[in-house]
Amino acid sequence: MGKSSRKVPGLNQSSTADISFILLIFFLVTTSMDTDTGLSRRLPEWDPDAQEQEIKIKERNIMTVQVNKNNEIHVKNGVINRVIAVNELKDIAKEFIANPEDNILLPIKEEYDIPGFKVVVTTVKHIISLQTDRSTSYEIYFKVQNELSKAYNELREVWCRQTFGKGWDDCNDDERAFAKAMYASKISEAEPKQYGTAE
Amino acid sequence: MPELNTSSLPDLIFSVLFFFMMVTSMREVELKVQFTTPSGTEIEKLERKSLVSHIYIGPPTKEWRAQLGPAPRIQLNDAFAEPSAIREFVKSERESMAERDKPLMKMSLKIDTETQMGIVTDVKQELRKGRALNIVYSATKDKQAQR
Repeated sequence: MGKSSRKVPGLNQSSTADISFILLIFFLVTTSMDTDTGLSRRLPEWDPDAQEQEIKIKERNIMTVQVNKNNEIHVKNGVINRVIAVNELKDIAKEFIANPEDNILLPIKEEYDIPGFKVVVTTVKHIISLQTDRSTSYEIYFKVQNELSKAYNELREVWCRQTFGKGWDDCNDDERAFAKAMYASKISEAEPKQYGTAE
Repeated sequence: MPELNTSSLPDLIFSVLFFFMMVTSMREVELKVQFTTPSGTEIEKLERKSLVSHIYIGPPTKEWRAQLGPAPRIQLNDAFAEPSAIREFVKSERESMAERDKPLMKMSLKIDTETQMGIVTDVKQELRKGRALNIVYSATKDKQAQR
């Protein structure tokens, strides 16, 4: 045998590229890149005792949006009481939420202290009550939710421009929180009747 | 003609591989329901995927339609479920999360546009009972600006 002066042969790496290609293709197939987008909402707490209670709300402070089983949108507040088209909803909601002319038929404007900011005059007590039928289509319900969000977002955008001199997109987190406190989203969804007795 | 040096090709491919591993996430479930989510203009992006659980509602896919009919169904994880199973689902999703993330849990509702509100309301009631209050109506961004 004796001492060998053989060179250690190098590992053949020509297939490494193929192996990594296979891995790459595997990951491409099994993963998804889609980012989830949507409309955020917060549900109210579940409180079985509170179901019977009726909270007294002044008539001027409430706007009812009813979507019936034929997908017709019926809006009722101090100044309007009729069936509307989806694209009318935003302006009606904006007028209701902001009450720019201090109409006595629209929500009362009160002084409200935004924590960390200042006292503002806004419609703190307004409520938008959204009622649906069990056979209302989800599509129209979503459109209504989208229009209501748009009403709030446009009011906040305008308020940001007036108060901070810049749009919502350029505001920092604090300023956005103030704008959200100024026009707080108050959409209440009535519980369907059959739940009160069934459980 | 000199041969092209391919010795760095594996490294190149590996970098692409790592890139894809980072920006993508594993496809979690096999969908058994069909849905087209609605589109809207006020859509926000969901920031942290680890906080989001999904509930799918829509008519069953072709393979299941013969058995179950075309009525919309709820899918949780990999299986069809009744609304009453949602509380259990919320509980198990919550337990799998880190303690400090628990209050931030979000439920993404992927609902077919053709669905009627009855089933959606049932799901929402169950979510309230399960104290999963942050929900997202999953939707796609509407490209047309002002209608």
